[in-house]
Amino acid sequence: MVTSLDGGPGGGQGGGLVATMAPTAVAVSPRRRRRKWPIGALLGATWLVVVILAALFAQALPLPRPEALSNSFAAMPSWDHLLGTDALGRDVLSRIVFGARVSMAVAVGATSLSLIIGVTVGMLSGFFRGATDSGLSLFVNFMLSFPPLIFLIAVVTALQPSILTLVVALALLGIPNFARVARANTIALADREFVTAARALGASPVRILLKELLPNVMLPVLSLALVVMATLVVAEGTLSFLGLGIPPPAPSWGGMLAAGRDALRTEPQLVLVPAFFFFFTVLAFNTLGDWARSRVGRSSSI
Amino acid sequence: MTKTRNPATAEASPVATSGGSDVATEEVPRRQAGSWASTLGARRVRRWLASLGRLVLLLFLVTAAAFLLLQLTPGSPVDSILPPDATPAQIASAREQFGLNDPLAVQYVHWLGNVVTGDLGRSYRTRQDVLGMIAEAAPVSLEIATLALLTALLLSVPVAVWAAYRPGGLVDRVSTFVTSATLATPAFVLGILLVFAFGVKLEWLPILGWVPFTKNPAAHVEHLVLPVLTLALGECVLFTRLLKGDMMATLQQDHVLSARARGLPTWRILTKHALRQSSFSLVTVMGVVVGRLIGGTVLVESIFSLPGMGTVLIGAISSRDYIVIQAIVLLTALLYLVLNTLVDLSYPLLDPRVRKERTW
Repeated sequence: MVTSLDGGPGGGQGGGLVATMAPTAVAVSPRRRRRKWPIGALLGATWLVVVILAALFAQALPLPRPEALSNSFAAMPSWDHLLGTDALGRDVLSRIVFGARVSMAVAVGATSLSLIIGVTVGMLSGFFRGATDSGLSLFVNFMLSFPPLIFLIAVVTALQPSILTLVVALALLGIPNFARVARANTIALADREFVTAARALGASPVRILLKELLPNVMLPVLSLALVVMATLVVAEGTLSFLGLGIPPPAPSWGGMLAAGRDALRTEPQLVLVPAFFFFFTVLAFNTLGDWARSRVGRSSSI
Repeated sequence: MTKTRNPATAEASPVATSGGSDVATEEVPRRQAGSWASTLGARRVRRWLASLGRLVLLLFLVTAAAFLLLQLTPGSPVDSILPPDATPAQIASAREQFGLNDPLAVQYVHWLGNVVTGDLGRSYRTRQDVLGMIAEAAPVSLEIATLALLTALLLSVPVAVWAAYRPGGLVDRVSTFVTSATLATPAFVLGILLVFAFGVKLEWLPILGWVPFTKNPAAHVEHLVLPVLTLALGECVLFTRLLKGDMMATLQQDHVLSARARGLPTWRILTKHALRQSSFSLVTVMGVVVGRLIGGTVLVESIFSLPGMGTVLIGAISSRDYIVIQAIVLLTALLYLVLNTLVDLSYPLLDPRVRKERTW
């Protein structure tokens, strides 16, 4: 069957109708999918590319500084301020663009960091099993024994808030996801013929892990990474909203939302604009992630 | 089939990634299972002992982490007791008196002894007993979280059942659209949008604040609607997606076909034969859900100014009242850990088909 990658604690015993029907379903759906353009994923990718480029080249864009004050307070959009100004007269578009730097730094930086650590942990424990597995699983279970937001708050309290602390704290939050997927896939792959063949040819464990297993494990892991990015962007937003993220004068979307809610009755645009950007950014990551997973197969969801 | 055994399914994981789910059940490798498990009872006892051992180990790690949290943060309990102009000699004697010069391990054991007897210390700021502060605020958070959980189940179960029964139908398409939209809306955005729509524009509901039930039951409920809805909608996404996927698989099984062949009414097949089996998948994600609800109440209390644990926590953070932070982190982690262990232990009791070991 096609689901050979699926090494998780699923599969097996089923039998009956489901088992006999599954192969046809698996064979038909990818063909249909290929013919149809993944419009949602394309739109999502376009949105993310625009946001990332804007964040990268924020300095070069013809925008006022995000901290620069002006005489128009909480103004509606105009040619001078395309998205209006906030209660202190700062340009909203500029704050969105510079705030995107925080969101994207977290999405890309924290996710990469937790991917690297998580995949290492997961592959090592899936490959060596035994004591390595027990030790590393204790480490992962320890991180999972805190409710996510409480874990973040504890880490941010212990370290002083800065963009680096945020990235580290959020990266820690993502590790268990990657570790779990990497471990399950490694276990499933370790019994396959090509690994046995490599072993028979005298390949060292390091070589098997890096050359044989890693490329196969990376596919489901990368599709998971998109979904983790979405959760981490939300987590960063939550922290900033609660006033625990980047300290205030620097712009972040969550901070803008928190500041705008006081004037919800009179100037709802101050809340609606960052809400709009949050919604479409998270939606874009999720749509891309769903699409990537449908291409990779269900193995990434273990 | 796959789903009943595998809690973090494709549908669940976008949300599940944010939380810890699989706090382990047991460590026993599969191949050993046959050799010693002469009777089911022996296997179950072994399983419970293994998870008990793991729980004790995790309890140690969690308490140690909470203890170290206070060590890592700047300032010491002494600073808040002594006047700002205390002499170094006074500080030294106070440190000696509070045992702050003892080795860390001794301090930890001492602290743990206090915690076990319910002494979580006194607030640096208000000198109030920390446990008392928490006991005062906890009922608010518990009420919101429980009501949100019930609301989420009441909203999502009928929708999921119907969407699974008629895939591609109106209910299915609308619910798929709504769940993906809700999934893309962070809870704090959702909360503010609900306030904007129902509080500011329509003026149906109060925006902020809390009225105790004993004072005015009607106002109490009115003030609860938006916070509970904010919290519940996020969980609905997880429940609907998971249950729908599971139900669709269940509905294709032989026993459902045979129930249909026997001419049983549809609602009976859906509830008795399919939902009962599939609802098990909801139990498997309860661990994640509890974690999300604990975080969610912090957020919701902050949005709607409710006097719960979250408000105490946020207040403690802004006033650098680290001992309160420590107590809340410790208590929520312990609650979460114990609930997760109970959920894990309950799988084999609720569903005898599950004999799978889930390490993590």
